[in-house]
Amino acid sequence: MIEVKNLYKSFGDNMVLKDVNTSFEKGKTNLIIGQSGSGKTVLMKNCIGLLEPDEGEIRFDDRPFSRLIEKDKKYIRQEMGVLFQGGALFDSFTVEQNVMFPLNMFSEMSQEEKRDRVNFCLKRVNLENVNKLMPAELSGGMMKRVAIARAISNNPQYLFCDEPNSGLDPKTAEVIDSLIREITEEYQMTTVINTHDMNSVLQIGQRINFLHKGQLWWQGDYHTILDTDNPELRDFVFSTELTRRIK
Amino acid sequence: MLRMLGEYLVLMFATFKRPDKGPVFRRQLMIEFMGLGVDSFGIVIIISVFTGAIVALQTAYNIDSPLIPLTMVGFTTRQMMILEFSPTIISLILAGKVGSRIASEIGTMRVTEQIDALRVMGVNPANYLILPKITASMLFNPVLIIFSMVLGIAGGWAACVISGLVTSTDYIAGLRSWFEPYTVTYAIIKTLVFAFIIASVSGYLGYYIKGGSVEVGAASTKAVVYSSILIIFFDLILTQLLLV
Repeated sequence: MIEVKNLYKSFGDNMVLKDVNTSFEKGKTNLIIGQSGSGKTVLMKNCIGLLEPDEGEIRFDDRPFSRLIEKDKKYIRQEMGVLFQGGALFDSFTVEQNVMFPLNMFSEMSQEEKRDRVNFCLKRVNLENVNKLMPAELSGGMMKRVAIARAISNNPQYLFCDEPNSGLDPKTAEVIDSLIREITEEYQMTTVINTHDMNSVLQIGQRINFLHKGQLWWQGDYHTILDTDNPELRDFVFSTELTRRIK
Repeated sequence: MLRMLGEYLVLMFATFKRPDKGPVFRRQLMIEFMGLGVDSFGIVIIISVFTGAIVALQTAYNIDSPLIPLTMVGFTTRQMMILEFSPTIISLILAGKVGSRIASEIGTMRVTEQIDALRVMGVNPANYLILPKITASMLFNPVLIIFSMVLGIAGGWAACVISGLVTSTDYIAGLRSWFEPYTVTYAIIKTLVFAFIIASVSGYLGYYIKGGSVEVGAASTKAVVYSSILIIFFDLILTQLLLV
C-alpha cells in the first residue's frame, strides 16, 4: 500500500497540490483522474520521487519515501515499475535490451536467465519475435506494451502508469487497460494510473481519486462514479457525448 | 552564470560516482569509444593532412631571405602542429562534432523522459550517461591528437615534396632540429583538459534541457559555442602556466 499524507506542492506562487490525503491499495488499479492542470502528474511525480513535496509525506508499505535522501530512495525505486506517457524506451537499445535493462542493472542473473525473463515478460504483454526490433520500428501500442514489459521485468511491487492510453486508438487502449489490470491482480502489485480517459475509468477504476484544483475532491470506484452528485466530478465525467449517452 | 556554474558542479558531483555495475559501465565505455573516438578518425585525418600541408606551404612562401635555411619549414610545421594546431584546432573541430552529438543525445533523452525513466529505476542518470562519455573522450582524444600530429607533419612533407618548394632532405632535417619532448607533454595536457571540457559542458547543456526539439537544437548549438570559447580560454591559461 502507498499512503499519501497531507501533501502540499507548489511552484513559485502557484500551489498545485493542497493537503492531499489518500492511499493506493495493493492488488488494485488505483486511478488518479481530473482535468488538465488539476495536479495529477505532479501527484504522481511526487510519488515516484521525481519531485519533492513541500510538506507532507509518501509512505510505501510503511516505509517513508519522500523523506529519504536520494541514495536511500534507490532501494524503494528498485521495487517500482513506471510506464511513462511516451513509453520512454531507450531509443538506442533494441526491445530486448530495453526490457533487460533493469535486470542488467540490479540483478545477479546469468545472461541466459535474463533472456528467459525478457521473453517471459514480452510474452506476458502479448509480444513475441520483436526482440531485435528498435523502438522506432514499433507502433504506439507495441511501444506501450514493451514499456510495460520493461516495467514488470524486475518483479516490481509498485506500478505507476502515466496516461497509459494517450495517443492510442480505443481498441488498443482497451488492450492496454486489460493488461494493466490483469498484471496488477496476477502479481498483487500496487498500481497507480494517471488518466483522464473515461473508458479506462469505467473499465479498470477499482479505486478512483478525483483531483480538482489540486485537492482530493472525491474517492470511489467505477460502480459509483456514474451516480455521483458531486457537481465538479459530474462536470468531468459527463463532459463527452459518449458518457452522457451512457448515463 | 553563477546558477549555471552551480548546476554544472552538482552534475559533476553526481557524475563522478562509482558506477552501479562495472560490466554495464565498460559496455557503455566501448560504445562511446566507437561513437566519440573511432568515428572521429575520418575528419581528423582530413583536417590534419590539409592543415599540415597549408602550414608547410605558407612557411615556405614566407621565407624570402637566403639567410633562413629551408629546413625551417619542417621545423615550423612540426612546432605548429604539436603546440597548437593538433591539440587546439582538432579539439575545436571535436567540440563541433562530438559536443553537439553529446548535447543532442542527452537532450533528446531528457525531453522523451528517458532520463526520468533511468532515475525512477534507481539508476544515477548522470553517472550512467555522462561518465562514460567523459572517460572515453579523455582516453581517446589524446590518441586522436597524436595521430593528427603525425598526419599533419606528413601532410606538410607531401606538400613540400609535390610542390618542389622544399626537398625531402631539408624538410626531414628541419623536423629533427631542436626537438623538445616536453612540447608533446604540453599538447597532451591541453588535450586532456579540452576533452573534459567538451564532454562535460556538452553533457551539462543536454542534461538540463527543458522543453522540446527546439531546445534540443539550441542546446546542441550552445554546446559547440560554450565548449569552443572555454577551449580557447583554457588554451591561453595553460600556455601561460606550462610554457611561458
